[in-house]
Amino acid sequence: MNIKKQFKEGLITNNPVLVQQIGMCATMAITTTLFNGIGMGLSVLIILTCCNVVISAIRKIIPDEIRLAIFVVVIATFVTIVDLLLQAFVPALSEALGVFIPLIVVNCIIIGRAEAFCQKMPIGPSFFDGVFQGLGYTCVLIIMCVVRELLGAGRFGGGLIDVANGFRLTLDGTGGGIQIFPETYGASILSLPFGGFLTLGCLMAVMQYALKKSAKKKEAAEKAAAEIEKEVEE
Amino acid sequence: MLSSIITISLGAILINNFIFSQFLGCCPFLGCSNKVDTAVGMGLAVVFVMGLASAICWVINEYILVALGLEFLQTLAFILVIAALVQFVEMFLKKSVPSLYSALGIYLPLITTNCAVLGVVLLNVQNKYNFIESLVYGVTGGLGFMLAIVLFASVRERVEFADYPECFQGFAICLVSAALVALAFMGFSGMSIPV
Repeated sequence: MNIKKQFKEGLITNNPVLVQQIGMCATMAITTTLFNGIGMGLSVLIILTCCNVVISAIRKIIPDEIRLAIFVVVIATFVTIVDLLLQAFVPALSEALGVFIPLIVVNCIIIGRAEAFCQKMPIGPSFFDGVFQGLGYTCVLIIMCVVRELLGAGRFGGGLIDVANGFRLTLDGTGGGIQIFPETYGASILSLPFGGFLTLGCLMAVMQYALKKSAKKKEAAEKAAAEIEKEVEE
Repeated sequence: MLSSIITISLGAILINNFIFSQFLGCCPFLGCSNKVDTAVGMGLAVVFVMGLASAICWVINEYILVALGLEFLQTLAFILVIAALVQFVEMFLKKSVPSLYSALGIYLPLITTNCAVLGVVLLNVQNKYNFIESLVYGVTGGLGFMLAIVLFASVRERVEFADYPECFQGFAICLVSAALVALAFMGFSGMSIPV
């Protein structure tokens, strides 16, 4: 299990949201501005990495029957830490994400990775698994945010980029973002729940299309190689 | 009192439906909506657990966490209570109502990771509901979940036979049809109840 393969798995071939299809609640709920998306993605990345390392470190002393309870306690501990840190240092984000920060506890990605990966793997690979799966999750959130914000309100980087006071990044959630076309022309329905379901559905379809196409290409290449080999033999 | 209960119930079932406007509990919503029968079973289990969890967590929050000044442990305490509760409900049903137990099957243990359950408990605290209001919000939130999942299961049974692009197979077409059901539920969002 090398790092490069893990990187590709986390981001593309085994992406938590688009391929494993877990952890969708928050993905659809909070992707209305880029600020929320990046904040949520990074929180999950940090929690996932910490949980992976800890669970992998104690995997040999966990009794099998109560492992889920122990996983949940470890996860809830890290979620509480991140929740309190956000409340203290980035209150705007904590307010915008609201109940979805404590709800990371029941996000299937984290318990799923613990169950499927860290339980059997040493600390090193578990750490990278956490980072790359977290990155894959963050990427999906960013794509969703960009699409929904652009088509819904004609904006890019709402809450994060402050254009009015010079071109700078803000962390207090007041940045207006870059207005690409006037807000009244946007399909504001995309920033409502309907848009969350629709955007994720379409994104998933695109992913399936791409994966299928690359699989077909690979198959064709293998077939061609086999034919060449056959001809050479003859 | 009565008016606040009506407001909470209508809000939880229709206006702020847990799935279609708050996105809580989407995983079991998409996972268990293949057939109307399983959807009804899942819905019933969720109503039961959400009501019970709201009541128990309210008591624990009020008399243990707040009394001792340990509010920062809420997330940890609530998830443990829910996990234990689900386990107890499972044992109780297995012993005394085996027919319901076998009907619910695998869905019972899965409820622990349903974010609607933890969500309703956290929202009870956030909205500062009293005991009765928490209980009502839990039960009606569960009913809203059940309404959504049963409606969606019947939509999905039709979608099975529809002719859609190949790449939309599986969850993708489910999400798109869920979007359309959510669109229908948006009609309730203009409703407001005079208190």
